[in-house]
Amino acid sequence: MIDTEIKVTPQIAAEHGLSPDEYARTQKILGRDPNLTELGIFSVMWSEHCSYKSSRVHLKRLPTRGPHVVQGPGENAGVVDIGNGLVAVFKIESHNHPSFVEPFQGAATGVGGILRDIFTMGARPIAVLDSLRFGPISPGADAGNATTEEIARNRSILDGVVRGIAFYGNCFGVPTVGGEVMFEPCYSNNPLVNALALGIARKDELFFARAHGAGNPVIYVGAKTGRDGIHGASLLASAEFSEESQQKRPNVQVGDPFMEKLLLEACLEAMRTGAIVAIQDMGAAGLTSTSSEMASRGGAGIEIDLARVPQRETGMTPYEMMLSESQERMLLVAERGREREVFDVFHKWGLDAVEIGRVTEDGKLRVLNHGRVAAEIPAHALAEEGPRYERPIAAPKAAAAPGAPLIEFARERADLTENFRRLLASPAIASKYWVTEQYDSMVRTNTRVGPGQGDAAVVRLKESKRALALSTDGNGRWGFLSPRLGAMHAVAEAARNVACTGARPIAATNCLNFGNPEKPEVMWQFTEAIDGIAEACRALETPITGGNVSFYNETLGKPIYPTPVLGVLGLMEDADCALGSGFRNEGDLILLLDGANPESFRSADLQVGMFSSSEYAKAIHGIVAGTPPAIDLTAEKRLIDCLVKLAAERAILSAHDVSDGGLAVTLAESCFDSDGLSAEIDLGSHDEPAESALFGERGARAVVSVAAALLARATAIAAQYDIKVQQVGSVTRGEFRIQYKGTPVIRGTTDSFRQTWSESLGKAIEAAS
Amino acid sequence: MKFGVVQFPGSNCDDDAYYAIGSVIGQPVEFIWHQSEQVSGFDAIILPGGFAFGDYLRTGAIARFSPVMKAVSGFARSGGLVLGVCNGFQILLEAGLLPGAMLRNQRLRFLCRQVHVRVENTDTPFTCAARPGQILKMPIAHMEGNYFCDAATLAELERNKQIVFRYVHPDGRDAGPDDFDANPNGALHAIAGLCNRERNVVGLMPHPERAVESALGSADGLVILRSMVESLSRAENRIKSAPAAERIPA
Repeated sequence: MIDTEIKVTPQIAAEHGLSPDEYARTQKILGRDPNLTELGIFSVMWSEHCSYKSSRVHLKRLPTRGPHVVQGPGENAGVVDIGNGLVAVFKIESHNHPSFVEPFQGAATGVGGILRDIFTMGARPIAVLDSLRFGPISPGADAGNATTEEIARNRSILDGVVRGIAFYGNCFGVPTVGGEVMFEPCYSNNPLVNALALGIARKDELFFARAHGAGNPVIYVGAKTGRDGIHGASLLASAEFSEESQQKRPNVQVGDPFMEKLLLEACLEAMRTGAIVAIQDMGAAGLTSTSSEMASRGGAGIEIDLARVPQRETGMTPYEMMLSESQERMLLVAERGREREVFDVFHKWGLDAVEIGRVTEDGKLRVLNHGRVAAEIPAHALAEEGPRYERPIAAPKAAAAPGAPLIEFARERADLTENFRRLLASPAIASKYWVTEQYDSMVRTNTRVGPGQGDAAVVRLKESKRALALSTDGNGRWGFLSPRLGAMHAVAEAARNVACTGARPIAATNCLNFGNPEKPEVMWQFTEAIDGIAEACRALETPITGGNVSFYNETLGKPIYPTPVLGVLGLMEDADCALGSGFRNEGDLILLLDGANPESFRSADLQVGMFSSSEYAKAIHGIVAGTPPAIDLTAEKRLIDCLVKLAAERAILSAHDVSDGGLAVTLAESCFDSDGLSAEIDLGSHDEPAESALFGERGARAVVSVAAALLARATAIAAQYDIKVQQVGSVTRGEFRIQYKGTPVIRGTTDSFRQTWSESLGKAIEAAS
Repeated sequence: MKFGVVQFPGSNCDDDAYYAIGSVIGQPVEFIWHQSEQVSGFDAIILPGGFAFGDYLRTGAIARFSPVMKAVSGFARSGGLVLGVCNGFQILLEAGLLPGAMLRNQRLRFLCRQVHVRVENTDTPFTCAARPGQILKMPIAHMEGNYFCDAATLAELERNKQIVFRYVHPDGRDAGPDDFDANPNGALHAIAGLCNRERNVVGLMPHPERAVESALGSADGLVILRSMVESLSRAENRIKSAPAAERIPA
């Protein structure tokens, strides 16, 4: 237990992660020395995780406005107008550090936290996506120097994270409809767990976290407060890991999805009474952040008495209660005189609802304990006037992958079938069904395109004919080789994936996973990525409506790849136009759509450089080098517009973008997700090595299938958007065969390829258990 | 004819069942709160899927003590139709309205996927509109769907033709031992659903309410809901001594 009576010294402030300058700032704001409780409050509110002190000056460069945007960054989640009086509320957030220390609870509470961000705004969650990154789970060229022990631990982290997500989302009753599972050696001791949630609300029934109306009661609802999660935000999320990090396990919160489900239903029902003025969930920094942020945003003050807070343990100090990150709790402000209506709803659901304080006019966060003042801090200064840093930025002196050999292309007429098979078996490319079948992806009966069925998840809206599509994407390896290009590709791929289902991308959310911001090279990666995201989001008309920054993703001084993960939301006018990625009928024609000019990528140097950054180079040759493909945002935009039009006109039957693993993998996946269909492909003859033609990755391309009778129609639409169309083959029931320069370069039965692709992930994970 | 969908605090397929009945097959439907002590006025009651009370102790173990379950038991005893889906099936087992118990899935993981079940018995109000042996594609989503009972109970279930649905391969072939492709949770004798001796209470693990629109993957669950409507209208017509009931158009 922490003795709150002790006098705060600069050393105690330092132990709380406050720099001497930050400590001096607390003294200036208060006009005196903070007591220990106040120091604790400042330390969590000004932690990197809560204050964005290193990132805020850069985040301003992101585009946040657009025709659909109702609420941009700054609230619990972003809000966009989707017509018919409805809004979509969505946001992505990281839970990386807790998921390393305690994978199951870390991932579970990550999902719980993002769900609360959605329903605290009055929206019912209708979908979750999880973007996951782990270290290698099997030995191989792509495992880097990972040791056997590391590989075993990575498997167990993955298993715990997947079980944690399933535990929480399945019980809560929200479908987990998509996401990613990626592998790179840099995530070995620092997995990335980024959870995105989407909700739906009526536009005129949104709730915000702005306390107002002096005298209005402040009501605590939900789970009781315990000692779990104290300093989760400041000590776990805002510092690097060392060998002792496992000892931080007590800092991880514990999740109760059933409690969260009750809280969801009770909150939505209480909101319908009209008696609620403001509401915010208690996430990172618990009572501290909710009370000070609600007061600050509403230009008011809040006074609470901790003695009235429902408690799970006895003898908790004000310090512990203010810093607890116990889950499934909310703070709300009700209209004075209508408390009873609110209490009745929460009691119906068997939840605590207790008036713990009131809104004041003095602008202060005043924390009482049995009537005695335990802390008193100006709320606005605490929430909004924390430190802001323009951290030093320095581009690295050497290239990201210095001295790494570039790839050497295989000889002409090489039989690449075996390499293709190995690529299909690599964890990055292999089917993620082993993971996704552990998630309930269908509850709420809106899932039109679920996990593995299309390039993005599609959920229909029962309230209208429309549907929403969502995709999360990011390529850490490309971010490592070029932070700016990597970030642009993340935006473009997520938007392209959404467009492949037929939805028009309308907004984005981002989760920025980086190393230690106090290192100038990391800050350089960060600012480059921000500029890349900003440029791409402008070009593709997908403003950023919210998200989260996760710094200090380092273990033993080694940062992760700079990994911006983009979640793009799309809107579809007619849910019946939604497209999957799988081929539909034997005899349909297969077209390769290309927004760029293929000739511009055919110079030999360019091919070698680009190809060295590909999934194939990593998986087959263990090479991570070169530079990601150049990106042409106007080409991406034209392709997106074209795909949306093709779907709306019902001119095509499937669409799948060309990404990890290149064209060969794209074609194979469209077969795997069909009813036993295959493909016969001829890529023609070009002055390009076969490996590059088959496995090369660059943006602005998609494979679509079309009924022969609609070929002219589809081609005409493509021409309107200046998209090049190459008819590369047809859907068959025979062998899977790709021919290039007149020679079959890949051939085999689709079943054998499918078996390799579908079984390898489960085999790798369950190998040791 | 009125359907009731029971809402436990942690039910999460309640809205889906309500939608399937109210909007897809267009029958009157109302929610019943778990603290209701009576269920009069309803002709059929659905216990939906979800995690009734979090299911931390054992699935359905706490839900069986809800006031509504006493009423549902009485309703069942008097011949009312009761359908338990997934968590609802687990609750029926815990409440003793159906025999046997649920173990965790044999591979100890939650599973969400489309499965195929064969209608083993059309002599129930829940399958009377199905063809004998008809194969239905419906999704499962559960951690505890590994049905188990002792040998005597199993023999009795077989003898009384109480096994209503069995997991099979898509072409109708029986699941073999440890054949997780067909029988994903390892249920005893591939049992996916069963009825009581009186045949008016059925529990099954697959979700018929998720299989009512082909756009979402399957509409095979409709036959179960339509069977219920058909047998209820037959009963209504009998009461009115009207001529033989019209079949509900498919």
